[in-house]
Amino acid sequence: MMARRSLVLFAGLFLLFAVIGWVLGAANISLLLVQSFAYALIALGLNIQWGYGGLFNFGIMGMLMLGGAAVTFISYPVNAPFWGSEGPLMLGKALMAFLAGFLLVWGARHADRVGIRGRWKSALTILAWIVAYIVYRSQIDPAAAYIEKVGGGWVGGLGLHPVLGWLFGGILAAGVAYVVGKICLGLRTDYLAIATIGISEIIRALLKNMDWLTRGTLTVSPIPWPTPIPQDLQAQGVSIADSFIYARLGFLALVIIFLAIAFFLIQRAYGGPWGRMMRAIRDNHIAAASMGKNVTRRQLEIFVLGSVLMGIGGAMLVSFQQIYDPGSYQPINHTFLIWVMVIVGGAGNNWGAVFGALLIYITWMISDPVAQWLFNGISGWSTDMGWGAIPEIQSRASQMRVFVLGVVITIALRYAPRGLIPEVVKREV
Amino acid sequence: MNELIFFFNNVMVAGVVLGSIYAVGAIGVTLIFGILRFAHFAHGDMMTMGGFIAFLLMLGCQALGITTPLVPTGFIVLPVAMVLTAILALGIDKGFYAPLRARGARPVTLLIASIGVTLIIQGLIRLSFGSGTWSFFETEQKQLIRIPVPLEGATRTINFTQPQLLMVLSTVIAVVALHLFLSRSRLGKAMRAMADNADLAQVSGINTKLVVRVTWVIAGGLAAMAGTMLALDVNLKPDLAFNIVLPIFAAAIVGGLGKPFGAIAGGYLIGFAETAAIFNWSVLLKPIAGVLPFEVPATMAVVPTEYKLTVAFVILVVVLLWRPTGIFKGAQT
Repeated sequence: MMARRSLVLFAGLFLLFAVIGWVLGAANISLLLVQSFAYALIALGLNIQWGYGGLFNFGIMGMLMLGGAAVTFISYPVNAPFWGSEGPLMLGKALMAFLAGFLLVWGARHADRVGIRGRWKSALTILAWIVAYIVYRSQIDPAAAYIEKVGGGWVGGLGLHPVLGWLFGGILAAGVAYVVGKICLGLRTDYLAIATIGISEIIRALLKNMDWLTRGTLTVSPIPWPTPIPQDLQAQGVSIADSFIYARLGFLALVIIFLAIAFFLIQRAYGGPWGRMMRAIRDNHIAAASMGKNVTRRQLEIFVLGSVLMGIGGAMLVSFQQIYDPGSYQPINHTFLIWVMVIVGGAGNNWGAVFGALLIYITWMISDPVAQWLFNGISGWSTDMGWGAIPEIQSRASQMRVFVLGVVITIALRYAPRGLIPEVVKREV
Repeated sequence: MNELIFFFNNVMVAGVVLGSIYAVGAIGVTLIFGILRFAHFAHGDMMTMGGFIAFLLMLGCQALGITTPLVPTGFIVLPVAMVLTAILALGIDKGFYAPLRARGARPVTLLIASIGVTLIIQGLIRLSFGSGTWSFFETEQKQLIRIPVPLEGATRTINFTQPQLLMVLSTVIAVVALHLFLSRSRLGKAMRAMADNADLAQVSGINTKLVVRVTWVIAGGLAAMAGTMLALDVNLKPDLAFNIVLPIFAAAIVGGLGKPFGAIAGGYLIGFAETAAIFNWSVLLKPIAGVLPFEVPATMAVVPTEYKLTVAFVILVVVLLWRPTGIFKGAQT
């Protein structure tokens, strides 16, 4: 029953993509396909966190930004003026200051070992935080100013293969998710949601303003592709129109390989004892804890695991677009969109998450041209009626997608709260 | 002396203005959480909506030729905008949240639904107004009030704009009215009872449906007020309040979700913290540089100006860790 429904839905989705591809042309649909499959990987990450573990992560944007920063750093060509300047040394000092500060805070947090307890320990911890902050700022501020002015502008990249950058994106996201999870996972539902949003906003503010690391709003481009870019193919004699399609298909193949591996692994994990344990924690964490499961640790595990996929997905998107612009990240486009994908698709079901990602991404992207076409129609009609045309159709139509997204999530919550391909819990009879 | 006045203008005046906006917004968030037990994420966009309604009313007044010589028209139309937004808030509840509540959906589902509402409101505003900025003061003048300080050596004046003065006054009025309502009226007491224990309130014969409606009316009205105040202080744009919905949540959480007076305290705490964090403290230290054991750097802000909003999140995270239910004990889902 479920399998048939999934098949019908996926067939419908294939038809939708085919029709859109036929209307927009092969070059456009190949672009949409690459992006939608990268979003599918991100949606799988959220599906692990929310669908398997019931964790309310609203900080997806932060993870995507970290992935993007990671792939920029790993794969962008080496910035020789920076490495030839005093910059690396100054950054090294800042890193030492950071570590010293970290040790200081860590020491203060464990001050009870030497007999400092209660209020004194709190005071000492606060003092340690302040001192650590001042020490770190005293090193990083001159280093940042120096690099931005004379030391080559920013640190540049390492010039390594982009796939390494994707993996590093996953690792970086995992590291940050571990810290965030340690801090936040004790909180329940609403508090966790708001805390993760807050942290993702902090990450955004940092990456946007640390010009020495990410070039901030100046943006970094072109970021290399892991697969041949259209210009490479053109050099080999492929026509310009075809080169874009083939290059994007090459990229798509790599994305699908990553998606397939991730999908296979988490699907297996879901069916195994680990998945059953996670579902038990999600559905009743008190009962799970009483059965001897370490709930907080398992939740941290799942938070980190989901964030890895988000980091990789975010890195893929940046690689593909060839530009890293920290100013372009918005909670609507990079957090809420993914939530809508998972909820509409079916939280807890990986097929559902992938289906939701592809469907919602294509809906999101075509809302704009469809709205434009619609507005042009209405505008023509209202001009004929003598009421005048609709002003600024172009900029208005591009806002239509936000509205459509809101309507889709509302309808989904109302009429299909478990998603289009809901989770199937197998029961042994 | 001039340095102190500079400090007063940049930290105290700006902090009171920002804090008032946060406080008025946070009261709505906290009331909805107290009664309905979910984080109403669309509150920021209800504020923006209220701001745009006031803007349209102001345009209407101008078209009719109604002008007010003393106060900006935006303030005159504010009560009407509050009523209209309250009605819309009731409609939003009926259309989006009530069906989910009737089904017995979890608070988490309601939170996601409120994100849907956020997107719909924002989409509609952008569709009808475009993504540009609008100002209440295209035709009117924003009056600047300068108060000379009668002290020796003071050449600077204490500066603020007339809308800022009016918005602080209206915040005071709103807070006093809310206090009287919650502590004196029957309905207000019913509301507090329901916030404490919804089931017990229902079995004691309190009309919980009415309480829910009143909550939306108050929250909607206050949202319109906060949105209009923000729009009068800066400019009106579609993502006006979406950007400050997180500091507002931070204020509500810091004060303890479900506690209106905690939200007010939280709002001012976050407002002052933000303005104090980006203030260049070396201005204050310069005159006493001789007696200090260290050299005063040229800029000595706690955080650079770009990180102003992150101050709220840092406070939020610290409070959540240190006292998860807020400084005043708040409600739990």
